[in-house]
Amino acid sequence: MKALDNFMQKIKPKADGKFPLAYTVWDGMYTLFFVPGHTNKNGVHIRDGIDLKRTMVMVIFALIPSLLFGIYNVGHQHFLALGEVTNANHVCDMFMDKFIFGALKVLPIVIVSYGVGLGVEFIFAAFNKHSIQEGFLVSGMLIPLILPVDVPLWMVGVATIFAVVIGKEVFGGTGMNIVNVALTARAFLFFAYPTKMSGDEVWVNTSLEEGQQLVDGFSGATPLAQAVKGGTEALNTMNASVMEAAIGFIPGSIGETSAIAIGLGALLLLITGIASWRIMLSTFVGGYVMALLFNLWGANPFMELTPIHQLVIGGFAFGAVFMATDPVTGSQTNTGKYIYGFLIGIFAIMIRVFNPAYPEGVMLAILFMNIMAPLIDHYVIAANIKRRLKRVSVKA
Amino acid sequence: MSKDVKIKRGANINLKGAAEKLHTNTIVATEVVLKPTDFPTLVPKLSVKVGDKVKAGSPLFYNKEIEEVLFTSPVSGEVIDVVRGDKRKILEVKVKADAEIQYESFKQADASTLSREEVKENMLKSGVWPFIRQRPYDIIANPKDTPKSIHITAIDTAPLAPDYGFIAHGKSAEFQAGLDALVKLTDGKVHLNINGNANADEVFTGAKNVQINKIAGPHPAGNVGIQIHHLEPINKGEIVWTLKALDVLTIGKLFKEGKFDATRSIAFAGSLVKKPSYVRTVLGAKIDAIVKGNVEEGGRYISGNPLTGTKIAEDGYLSFYDYQLTVIPEGGNNQFMGWLAPGFDKFSLSGTFFSKLMPNKKYDLNTNMNGEERSLVVTGEYEKVFPMDIYPVQLLKSILVDDIDNMEKLGIYEVAPEDFALCEYACTSKTPAQQYVREGLNKLKKEMS
Repeated sequence: MKALDNFMQKIKPKADGKFPLAYTVWDGMYTLFFVPGHTNKNGVHIRDGIDLKRTMVMVIFALIPSLLFGIYNVGHQHFLALGEVTNANHVCDMFMDKFIFGALKVLPIVIVSYGVGLGVEFIFAAFNKHSIQEGFLVSGMLIPLILPVDVPLWMVGVATIFAVVIGKEVFGGTGMNIVNVALTARAFLFFAYPTKMSGDEVWVNTSLEEGQQLVDGFSGATPLAQAVKGGTEALNTMNASVMEAAIGFIPGSIGETSAIAIGLGALLLLITGIASWRIMLSTFVGGYVMALLFNLWGANPFMELTPIHQLVIGGFAFGAVFMATDPVTGSQTNTGKYIYGFLIGIFAIMIRVFNPAYPEGVMLAILFMNIMAPLIDHYVIAANIKRRLKRVSVKA
Repeated sequence: MSKDVKIKRGANINLKGAAEKLHTNTIVATEVVLKPTDFPTLVPKLSVKVGDKVKAGSPLFYNKEIEEVLFTSPVSGEVIDVVRGDKRKILEVKVKADAEIQYESFKQADASTLSREEVKENMLKSGVWPFIRQRPYDIIANPKDTPKSIHITAIDTAPLAPDYGFIAHGKSAEFQAGLDALVKLTDGKVHLNINGNANADEVFTGAKNVQINKIAGPHPAGNVGIQIHHLEPINKGEIVWTLKALDVLTIGKLFKEGKFDATRSIAFAGSLVKKPSYVRTVLGAKIDAIVKGNVEEGGRYISGNPLTGTKIAEDGYLSFYDYQLTVIPEGGNNQFMGWLAPGFDKFSLSGTFFSKLMPNKKYDLNTNMNGEERSLVVTGEYEKVFPMDIYPVQLLKSILVDDIDNMEKLGIYEVAPEDFALCEYACTSKTPAQQYVREGLNKLKKEMS
């Protein structure tokens, strides 16, 4: 490791040289290899071992089950559409074929997202003369996982640029953004190119080679779209019963389909304490309560879905675990976190059920609550100030 | 009437090298220094010049804003140097100690028979007054004020901290004499906050004329600010005086013996100390005689504990308020892929290190930052170790943007930098929280005067 250190030190560009970008890139790479041996000067002499890189890397670890499952599922759905496997077959049939096909489709999206996003970050860091902050490490992985597999790569690039520049850098970079960066990218694509982000065409890759054809009656629709039309019955006929949806071999965005894979990630985030259990818990509670109310109301087949079924289909679980818990855009006070998460759950299911154009509400619910989070915090803190002022009058 | 307080939020950092409860050494300091920089916001004026002879208790400098507050020499001898920094700011006043210490004589009397003014005068003249600090601002108390109450903390929960009970053991007479003097200074109560985690020494449990409160829980339960917050929180306009129980001993000796006796026991601790134990020395002593031959190479010398102490040189001097000398390994080495390491040897309040699985392990931490400073991203980690009904991050942010109105509302009058030490330790973004709080307090003091 000494050799690598020496080599890196040798090629170190000047910070104020002709190419500030070169220094920024070097600094980013160097601190990736080595945690610099800065020591504490004033204040505390010892410090906790954790830093922002480790925090972000923990989230990426938590995303790996969803990514791997997503890759496999892309292949699985493709071969299902082609009729080379059927739901009667064991899911592990053609394991390598599915995995390789999925990887070839998903990895380019991941690479474009990271490449473009980090590029933009490096340019801004060089321009502002500060070091690279690690926020995009997570956003770069989240963006591919919430897109449909058939999204064109150039759209991923454009959306990533939009999200990083308008969603984050204009506010001052990592730690300063108001809305979740990855969701900004998705919302941008959703409103700019709706045909590539919704409908029945985009969720399953149906590229055909010579001599291949789709099976009869293939629809490509997501469980959500089916549930709007036919409720529980439709879901059961398309192999998306509660258990099947939880396991996740259903069409949908790349990383969102398996509640179990997401659950593994959630477990890691909760054990390490990286994500707020308050937000995660209250989001699920909010979603459950809203779904339960609709279930009791039962005005249409979609409403009649059991609450658990509502929570395992679509992007609800993924949003609750990985998006709502973003500490920068979420509520910052502990009391606020309960309210924030609960309302995300409520709105996600409400939008899902009432939105006629598109049967998914998590993205919009989280973005809306991102905007509302400072307001929640404001009132939580105002209550604290009031309570503390009261101490005087009680005594006097 | 006494109160029991249980602090729930906080964390003890278990470090290697805690001082064993025995005195190994008595060090006769050859050189002693008083550092005006130990007293935040103080503007010192010199009373002596190089070459002057002083006795223990003779003033070396005084507070320019409140001239009655004197800072007196802990030993007798000759003033050999006045070290100055930028803009001729006084950093150190050095006194070379005599072999036999001569004491300036002060009034020797039972404080309970004296008037408030007489007690004050005796304390101010002898130089024990600066031991009393005030909230708000965490600065030396202004003798013109009459505080709502006085809080004395008899526990120190910081890493490797000295056991106050061990040091004070058997000194009940001095301690009571000191308390009697302090009782005179307030119309309200004097609170003695003792250890509720273990049995407190009888010096503390047997104290009279004071309200004894038991404080239990992890660090920062020993911080007097936390104790006040849970016993009788400070509101705007109120003043509370605070001091450490060990300083009461020095005040007691003044009234019993009529002299400023600055000798004290300190905990000599840290993983690089060969035999961590207690050492008898004097306030402001040069540490070279203490550390010589007793520590391993490559250490950082800290007057005080590793969270709030001051970095000093190998031949530096103890600070005014410190009863602890800590030596821990200096960091500075780059760590390959440090952010990915499993981390059995690093202590973290987050759950991202395997060391979490070994709750009783003792750690040998060095002075590495373990990362670089970043924007505040993670939420909730300050609150976990900040046991007050105050929002620490929001308070810190109001300080950063100079929002005086919000600083007041969010509770800056109740806090001192030391209360934020654990927050600073835990901070993922490596924010220098203590420094910010100090700056905020200074700003507010300037604004209010």
